Amino acid sequence: MNRIVVGPFNRVEGDLEVTLDVADGRVAAARVNSPLFRGFEQILVGKDPRDALVFVPRICGICSVSQSAAAAAALRAAMGLAVPDNGRHAANLVLATENLADHFTHFYLFFMPDFARDAYAGRRWFEAARARFKAVEGSATADALPARAAFMHTLGLLAGKWPHTLSLQPGGSARAVSAAEKIRLYALLREFRGWLERRLFGDSLEAIAALDSMAALEAWAAARPPGASDFRLFLEIAADLKLRRAGRATDVYLSYGAYGDADDALFARGVWRPGSATTALDAGAIVEDVSHAWLRDEAPRHPLQGHTWPDADKAGAYSWCKAPRLGGEVVECGALARQLVDGQPLLRELVTGEGGSVFARVLGRLLEFARVLPAMETWVRAIEPGAPFCAQGELPDDAQGVGLVEAARGALGHWLTVRHGRIVGYQIIAPTTWNFSPRDAAGTPGALEQALVGLPMAEDGSVPALVQHVVRSFDPCMVCTVH
Amino acid sequence: MNLIWLQSGGCGGCTMSLLCSDARDLLGLLRDAGINILWHPSLSEQTGPEALALLEACANGEIPLDLLCVEGAMLRGPAGSGRFHVLAGSGKPMIHWVEALAARARHTLAIGSCAAWGGISAGGTNPTEACGLQYEGETRGGLLGAGYRGSAGLPVINVAGCPTHPGWVVDTLLALALGEFGADALDALARPRFYADQLVHHGCSRNEFYEFKASAEKPSDLGCMMEHLGCKGTQAHADCNLRPWNGSGSCTSGGYACISCTEPGFETPGHPFAQTPKVAGIPIGLPSDMPKAWFVALAALSKSATPRRVRENATADHPQITPAIRRTGLK
Repeated sequence: MNRIVVGPFNRVEGDLEVTLDVADGRVAAARVNSPLFRGFEQILVGKDPRDALVFVPRICGICSVSQSAAAAAALRAAMGLAVPDNGRHAANLVLATENLADHFTHFYLFFMPDFARDAYAGRRWFEAARARFKAVEGSATADALPARAAFMHTLGLLAGKWPHTLSLQPGGSARAVSAAEKIRLYALLREFRGWLERRLFGDSLEAIAALDSMAALEAWAAARPPGASDFRLFLEIAADLKLRRAGRATDVYLSYGAYGDADDALFARGVWRPGSATTALDAGAIVEDVSHAWLRDEAPRHPLQGHTWPDADKAGAYSWCKAPRLGGEVVECGALARQLVDGQPLLRELVTGEGGSVFARVLGRLLEFARVLPAMETWVRAIEPGAPFCAQGELPDDAQGVGLVEAARGALGHWLTVRHGRIVGYQIIAPTTWNFSPRDAAGTPGALEQALVGLPMAEDGSVPALVQHVVRSFDPCMVCTVH
Repeated sequence: MNLIWLQSGGCGGCTMSLLCSDARDLLGLLRDAGINILWHPSLSEQTGPEALALLEACANGEIPLDLLCVEGAMLRGPAGSGRFHVLAGSGKPMIHWVEALAARARHTLAIGSCAAWGGISAGGTNPTEACGLQYEGETRGGLLGAGYRGSAGLPVINVAGCPTHPGWVVDTLLALALGEFGADALDALARPRFYADQLVHHGCSRNEFYEFKASAEKPSDLGCMMEHLGCKGTQAHADCNLRPWNGSGSCTSGGYACISCTEPGFETPGHPFAQTPKVAGIPIGLPSDMPKAWFVALAALSKSATPRRVRENATADHPQITPAIRRTGLK
């Protein structure tokens, strides 16, 4: 048995170290460490509850809006507010912009550059991948960054700035949209759609969203050359490297439901596993286990009763990350989970047949461009300038509130307790906390830890690119994980 | 010029903000100015041992290091050990990496308020003993000490902001690359003066409401947010309303108060962020350069002269009354 420590693991958000036990040329066990701790859950205690809206976005610079949205939802629940239609549309647009921008950043800056590594020289697609996706130098960097920056102009209008807006409020959005701004928002979305259709897909978003089976996807790919678009090139690479066979985790998928309340959300809430229908989420069955975290030992707790007390010297611990479990199970979240729970037929067929994989996770994100951007266009069209954007209300001196939202990377929950007008409890479970959790008290590894087991190692003992593909396929956000 | 970018006790938001730069080809622009990104955690290909080898070569002087950019606070805890942030794969606390690299760097830049002062990471009880590179809040010192200078002679350049504006970073890097950035380009807190010599108030789209002290009372109101909603735009040093964010935005145009995120200690204002502390009905934090008596007198006068349009629009989320069309006969 040989032990390899991989880090710094870059082109992810935040700090990540992976320890691999290797036996017989394969990964026998993996341990995932988040080697950074900041202590937001302690920083928040004693604050005015509304100050959470200042602090929590600063947990994370890549998904700061999703943290804002979860805090606003928790405060909203505590205040018993109902958001006016305009406020819902604006908040959906702000969150959807960030989520799609994250998918975009992941694909172009974090994930694809690994296929331009010299290790792949000689593959039939290599020269194309290198020209387009080489880190820092590839044509995609020069061409995708401006497209992303232009898309983010929607947040200049709707949210003042990104990251770290304060426009998302418990009652909706503090930023009303005028009639002229509504038209500018629409134009910005259409501009981004144009870029996606030209460069990412080489087809209309509607045609991509209509791909409803693996046969349909394969027929789509067969009808165009590998260099036709970035998506087509990804399909070529994925087929050659058999990315459908790499990186299977537990195949239990959790989504809190996205863009709207549970009943009228664009994407449904629930839990899905291959071979069954979506089942309802019991959020009361969520606990966090700290047995392998550098946190003071205590029994697994529901986040409303949870604590985060560091203990850097704890024996047997190897991460600052807690181990969330749903009814005792390790679950996976993210775009793939969101789409599986919602019933997207192509992904359900893929995962039912072969289980989750690097390919399925990336495909899940790409399909979300095609499903979410058209929805954003309808939300902009539904804005009624002149009607209210933000409901007002009082926060009780003693209250609890839960905010469950979907960040780009999946299920994000905030659990807030207020006593005498001050925060006395604030616990956060971020998507990557689910996906990159360490072992629990029963010794069960987290989702990534399971997904890495069995991968072949390079003969020279170095870490093969495949390990990097598996890790990055989750699009981890480590700063959120350890907050 | 070789550039290394490190992230420690922060959120990565300053990098993400940088990627929102409206430069048509951001990395090409830096390359064109002679800036060579040796390693950046979000952008570079090198990972694991390759990345550590690069950092070590810079730390021991084998590769010259011209620009050291550090994002995020320096986490000195627990008990001074630095173990709240160990650079992955190295077994060594990030504060030790930063000390070693800063000792070799021609210029050291604190990217964002966490790296400059400690920032939001130092909020509340500061559980991680967070501080900035050369400041701890308003006090000089920080990780590197008050006497630290890069080998080119400048103290740590504090490109403060939470997040920092992409333009502030790009302009600073380009000015350094062109050799046009000296000690006189820094303000008293070592921030680049080109953005820190303005106030957020300058160019604020709510200025007419400010003039008449026509105040917003709740989130989404159009009025001035200084009197009730905690806005510090008249005291915060930054050009946010002159140099837009994400195309056209700013905090105040986005419907919420300036929390003075470029200033040391902004994370601990001593009051709820969205609430203005007052004594006898008068805000404690008065505009920079304004004698209190004058402020009180002018506020009373301007309130008495507030046009109905401005007064009514101040507490609505969209204009209720549009400006009158007055036919003066002048062309």
